[in-house]
Amino acid sequence: MTSAKTELEGFVAEVVDRYGRDRRNLLQVLRTVQDQQGCVCDDAVQTVGQAIGVPAMNVRSVVEFYSFLHGTPRGQYDVLFSDNIVDRMLGKEGLMARLCERLGVEPGVPRADGRVTVDNTSCTGMPDQGPAILVNGLALTHLTPSRVDTIADLIERGVPLQKWPGIYCEVEDNVRRRDLLLGTPFIDGSGIRAVLAQGPDAVLDEMMTSGLRGLGGAGFKTAQKWALSRAAAGHEHFVVCNADEGEPGTFKDRVLLQGHANLLFEGMTVCARVIGARRGFLYLRGEYRYMLELLEHTLAQRRRAGLLGKGILGTEGFDFDIEIHLGAGAYICGEESALLESLAGKRGVPRKRPPFPVTHGHDNEPTVVNNVETFSAAAKIAANGGAWWAAKGTATSPGTKLLSVSGDCARPGVYEYPFGITIQEILDDCGASDTAAVQVAGPAGQLVPKRDFGRKIAYEDVATGGSFMIFNHTRDLLAVVRNFAAFFAHESCGFCTPCRVGTSLMRDLVEKVATGNGTQYDLEEMKHLGKIMKQASHCGLGLTAPNPVLGSLDKFPEIWTEKLKSKDFEPAFDLDGALSEARALTGRDDVHAHIA
Amino acid sequence: MPEKIKVATASLAGCFGCHMSLLDIDERILDLVQVVDFDRTPITDIKKVGPCDVGIIEGGVANAENVEVLREFRHHCKILVAMGACATNGGIPAMRNQFTLEECLRESYVEGMGIENPMVPNDAEIPLLLNKVRPLHEVVKVDYFLPGCPPSADAIWTFLTELIQGKPIAFPYTQIHYD
Repeated sequence: MTSAKTELEGFVAEVVDRYGRDRRNLLQVLRTVQDQQGCVCDDAVQTVGQAIGVPAMNVRSVVEFYSFLHGTPRGQYDVLFSDNIVDRMLGKEGLMARLCERLGVEPGVPRADGRVTVDNTSCTGMPDQGPAILVNGLALTHLTPSRVDTIADLIERGVPLQKWPGIYCEVEDNVRRRDLLLGTPFIDGSGIRAVLAQGPDAVLDEMMTSGLRGLGGAGFKTAQKWALSRAAAGHEHFVVCNADEGEPGTFKDRVLLQGHANLLFEGMTVCARVIGARRGFLYLRGEYRYMLELLEHTLAQRRRAGLLGKGILGTEGFDFDIEIHLGAGAYICGEESALLESLAGKRGVPRKRPPFPVTHGHDNEPTVVNNVETFSAAAKIAANGGAWWAAKGTATSPGTKLLSVSGDCARPGVYEYPFGITIQEILDDCGASDTAAVQVAGPAGQLVPKRDFGRKIAYEDVATGGSFMIFNHTRDLLAVVRNFAAFFAHESCGFCTPCRVGTSLMRDLVEKVATGNGTQYDLEEMKHLGKIMKQASHCGLGLTAPNPVLGSLDKFPEIWTEKLKSKDFEPAFDLDGALSEARALTGRDDVHAHIA
Repeated sequence: MPEKIKVATASLAGCFGCHMSLLDIDERILDLVQVVDFDRTPITDIKKVGPCDVGIIEGGVANAENVEVLREFRHHCKILVAMGACATNGGIPAMRNQFTLEECLRESYVEGMGIENPMVPNDAEIPLLLNKVRPLHEVVKVDYFLPGCPPSADAIWTFLTELIQGKPIAFPYTQIHYD
């Protein structure tokens, strides 16, 4: 036992050293420990805490916060099914039951021999090629019954993941429509050369002319964000790319990262030149772990090409480099201030704002946080000029937008459109017929009914970060709402009561109605609860969490009312069934032993 | 003289502490009966509740009889009030929810110390226990929740007087906080 402990201490010391004994790398250290040990056990918590100089309690609180970190061992193979509604529509539930049966496991419970765990996780960003799973953090797509059988066999035989059929791990790009961002040529380094030739002020002017707005969904003017950060006083400035693409149904950043990472890194480097940053971070969601080597490789290539590192393109004093930080399964870390907390190795709890990251971001220094798509667009705008971007789109939403289209359509994938495209045009292009509704911008967005398909994708009409999930008339829209309500209850960070308690109460009320025990009273309760959450929550998660319920109550009241049992109150449980244990224990079955 | 307001009260799975607290309004009960008639309450010993304006329930729902009484109250009372911690959350009786009913009954009637003739009682006169103790609002619709264990006499007085006067219910801080 002592030798095992010494071994653990040696390993942890080595990992902590590798991460520069910097407590801000706690999350990265814990990920590495878990990869090697299978979990972060109590001993590991103590050892890491001592080695990195953080109280064990804080280390434990970080382990408990992130879904992909575990205090107790998981199976040798940790299989996580993406539980997004679109994966479900593609047959996820049946496949999961099949795998559990083949392997003889209960969902979420490690098998007694420690071989395997099968569990759920939030959307892994593959709904265009689902049902998808993660096995020990690596993405597998296009699951079928026969693949499930093969996987069960591979697990039983203990075949290492590297030796599984390569085709299982193939992630397709599925780009269906290209425009300014994906469809025009770009020479690596041309954005940086432009900023070096014209100077930061001129590039900032071009960014202003372009009218580029945050393409993660919030739509803040990018030029304004950069200018604010540039003007802010600090010891150091930082560039942070938000690649925590967690909104269910969104996967366009995955395509950019996988096929166009140079564009993204170029955009970050241009931003660094404009605001005067020497260090940048790419915060990559844990679900995209499979891309880490590819991205590191791209960064190395750029360093060799003089596009990153010291004296970029031979310019004295222009030093900039990018580190990749991996997330660990927390939707909330897509919120920029939670992301910054996570980047500092802490629990991903959103900060109070103001101050905003532009003045007090990473390390409390001026920081630009932008989405993958925004940086990528910025690189091209630097090279091609602002007017080039502003020539497309609408007056208040210039340029183009990548949409992640999934669900009931013939051609799911990534579509790049100029802003102002109508929902109906998108449906026609992707081969969707008989569409009943589209969920735009993910669960936090809105469910758009058929009568509104003439509305436009733009900040001034239907704003979106890119998620576009299509449901035809055979789908049970209440199942969609149930899936979303459960998602928010799972992903609430737990910091503020309106969201922590509200999302759970909302999930339970939705379940109550969906299982046929609901009344008008419950619908009123949901509206009331949703109003409180919208008024009192700390961050965007709680503010938008009631949207699926409130939106569908407003636009699709019939999916709720047809489920109502009566106009009066109904308990959420079976009253007569609640006497079952007592009946069994007493052997009674008389009239008083039942509740009518 | 205007018609008096009809009030009924009952204790389900509670300790009667809330009713004791109600009696702690002391001589103010004389003011109360000027405007209120009591229907079924432990004070009047009326067994069946009739049509009422206000029903006040202490205690959670632990057995089949509790369900029956609670439903009668809901049916007959225009306004139903959950009084105290047990009615609102299940309270002390709900501590058994951490165990199965079988474990509870075996401990009480079969395996506990000093038990003679060990057996789980099965007389048809005895109401059957629910698998879990429930707060009132999980079984019927509840209009008001009066917190406290028990709510103080002053809190009950504030609540009743404001309700009777048709005012929004607002408590002074000290009546519903205990810090």
